[in-house]
Amino acid sequence: MVVERRQRDAASASPRLKAAVRDLSFYYDRQRALSDVALPIREHRVTALIGPSGCGKTTLLRCFNRMHDLYPGNRCTGELRLYPDDIDLLSRDVDPIAVRMRIAMVFQKPNPFPRSVYENVAYGLRVRGMRSRVVLDERVEQALRSAALWDEVKDRLDAPGASLSGGQQQRLCIARALATDPEMVLFDEPTAALDPVATSNIEQLISELRSTVTIVIVTHNMQQAARVSDDTAYMYLGRVVEFGTTDEIFIRPRMKQTEDYITGRFG
Amino acid sequence: MTVVRTWHARRRARERLLESLLMLAALVSVAVTVAIVYVLVAESMAFFDSVGFAEFVADSQWTPLFEDAHYGIGVLLSATLTCTAVALAVALPVGGWIAIYLSEFASPAIRDIAKPLLELLGAVPTIVYGYFALMFVTPLLRYLIPGLPGFNLLSAGIVMGIMIIPYVSSLSEDAMRAVPMALREASCAMGASRLQTALGVVVPSAAAGIASACVLAVSRAMGETMIVAIAAGSQARLGYDPTESAATLTSYIVQVALGDVDQGGIAYRTVFVAGLALMLLTLTMNVASHVLRQRFLRASVR
Amino acid sequence: MDEGDDIHIGRHLQRRRRLEIVFVAAGLLCLILGMLTLVTLFAEMARQGLPRLGIDFLSRYPSRHAELAGILPAWVGSLAVMVVTAATAVPLGVGAAVYLEEYAPRNLITALIEINLTNLAGMPSIVFGLMALGIFVFEFGLGRNILTAGLTLALLILPIIIVTAREALRTVPDSLREAAFACGASPWQALRDHVVPAAGPGILTGIIIGLARAIGETAPLIALGAVSFVSFLPESPIRGEFPFISFDWLSAPFTALPVQMFNWTTRPDPDFRANAAAAAFVLVAMALAINGLAIWLRHRMRREARW
Repeated sequence: MVVERRQRDAASASPRLKAAVRDLSFYYDRQRALSDVALPIREHRVTALIGPSGCGKTTLLRCFNRMHDLYPGNRCTGELRLYPDDIDLLSRDVDPIAVRMRIAMVFQKPNPFPRSVYENVAYGLRVRGMRSRVVLDERVEQALRSAALWDEVKDRLDAPGASLSGGQQQRLCIARALATDPEMVLFDEPTAALDPVATSNIEQLISELRSTVTIVIVTHNMQQAARVSDDTAYMYLGRVVEFGTTDEIFIRPRMKQTEDYITGRFG
Repeated sequence: MTVVRTWHARRRARERLLESLLMLAALVSVAVTVAIVYVLVAESMAFFDSVGFAEFVADSQWTPLFEDAHYGIGVLLSATLTCTAVALAVALPVGGWIAIYLSEFASPAIRDIAKPLLELLGAVPTIVYGYFALMFVTPLLRYLIPGLPGFNLLSAGIVMGIMIIPYVSSLSEDAMRAVPMALREASCAMGASRLQTALGVVVPSAAAGIASACVLAVSRAMGETMIVAIAAGSQARLGYDPTESAATLTSYIVQVALGDVDQGGIAYRTVFVAGLALMLLTLTMNVASHVLRQRFLRASVR
Repeated sequence: MDEGDDIHIGRHLQRRRRLEIVFVAAGLLCLILGMLTLVTLFAEMARQGLPRLGIDFLSRYPSRHAELAGILPAWVGSLAVMVVTAATAVPLGVGAAVYLEEYAPRNLITALIEINLTNLAGMPSIVFGLMALGIFVFEFGLGRNILTAGLTLALLILPIIIVTAREALRTVPDSLREAAFACGASPWQALRDHVVPAAGPGILTGIIIGLARAIGETAPLIALGAVSFVSFLPESPIRGEFPFISFDWLSAPFTALPVQMFNWTTRPDPDFRANAAAAAFVLVAMALAINGLAIWLRHRMRREARW
């Protein structure tokens, strides 16, 4: 009930709602991984999902772009509404590929394709049937600039993506995600495999990106959540225990459990 | 919006079409099996219309091409079994020993060189092995065993054994290497030598896997055609003496295929009957090998 | 523990060590025996066949006179058959592997296909020849020609290609698939653009191994009724006039290198056996070269593994 009321509060308090999770439960075969999750995602805001390992953060994130459809035996109930067109992303009638064309994802480990830097970024556009070299060039440059990678790679766009450093690879993956102008970008612990300098680059990038896209980020690192996010959801055992603005969650958490986790007494 | 929707619809249709095509490709293999069984069974049924099953099983002669025709499949089977036994007598000790050596004693460098070289043994065309058996091994054997006929099962069997060494050694080695290191360490910690560990712990643990490899090798030997067709002779003779010349199931098929036998006649059908017998034999072996392998895999997971 | 025991244990250990040395030596001996066979085989063939081997041998037709006989129709026939085999087995094999690894739902049909594949892989090659004789020649009336021979060998090596291609596809990490899907790629696009190219070298190795097997296969071709005395070449696939391409060669009667060699081997005349040795030399050289290529490819793949 508390969560629901807050949802409405958050929705009304300016920026519009970009997506809303309602009564979402998720099962891997028999095992329940998410229970009755409800969560609003505000447009042009960064929403962080935090919680101890195995709490369901990544599972929830992967519902947004229907990644679970790739593996048999996964099942979910509930709704995940995407606005402004108000469609249920989880509905059987919605084509998962159509969803993924609107909602991009950046993974935990950088996973560039074994192709050139250029082709990595252009891939999403090519998949959508774009052939014009001029347009591709322009969009690739734009995406690389948005990912703050352009200056480092502009002279070696033909080099293999794997030849970049770890941090550069992750920014390449971000550029790849941005090239298609997604409405949302999902980040699954994007800095888990990176060193502190690369991490701070990525965090800065995420903060800047919020002006153009809506972001959901899963992170293990509480400082990171505090630094980059506007809203935070604390999850435990497949449930959203508490949701609120990041300031609320980190400064005045309502639940004892959340406070324990944030202050490092638990988790 | 509608443009996007039709675009997605067209993509979905294309996806479905491609998936169906790929599935069709996968189903071809099933069609092949169906075709094999259909041909062999249909022709064999026609054969059994004119030859009694009792005669087929019990007759001690196989002379479909003669005036006085007899159809005792046991004759061809005896030669196939004899030849396979010789092949096993060569391949089991040699292949097994190689497997133990490579898995438990050899340095990685030796293993890296030896394994591909052994695989080459299995890559030599069997017709070349047949030539080798007839032109090299048989003269050698005749020097050792005076009175050995120019065509004999012994020579064919030995060469066949060499051919299947890689089947035995490679799959057995895989099985032994799958035995967990902890078992070896436990054995060595008790004061066992590497040899004792290998023979007392590793081999028994991998037994089902090794057996699976051997049974598969047996199946290969039974189905091998060109070596026996060249080196083992063409007389159908009931008996289990490897120093004799005799026709096996496979060499009989080649013999008939080469001659000009009236198609559709009963003599011609015998080819398919022999083929059916061969298929049932190898199928049994393959299933046995598969079951053993599954047992080994389950055991090694535990 | 007194001194006697010490000596006893010392002897025991010594015996154990000696036993181990004997065992290892025997293992090496077995290995060398295998290698030696390979070397002997090659040397024997070289000794008997090399005198015959030359440009003439490769460019002549078979003849009643051993010294004048050559393997021109045989190797051209083998080549033509291989073209049909590859053109059939590669799309079918890779397609089936992709379906089974990437699409197939876990149901009864898939299980059936899997069991069937294991079974088919162990089927003796001559049985494939009998099947082809019954189906392609008698049922379909395709005739005993290059087309049927190529199709038969294609079906024979199908399991090899499928199994190796599946293994190769299995080594492609899911992160690559996920990356493609997250970009909005459809299953087919993800496969075509990423998964299959990433598994490419492995798939290629399987294709090469399969073709190496096919090129040496004799039994199914004999069962199918390959002619061993062909004194002409199949028609050229390229023509001087429109439409410039002809498929008449597919229906030409054929011989193949191993069939020709078999024919020579079974002749009592020792002169022809020298021809057989020379043909065997060519055959083994081809088989080893192709397999060597596959082994090298696999080695390179292992070194360059990106994951």
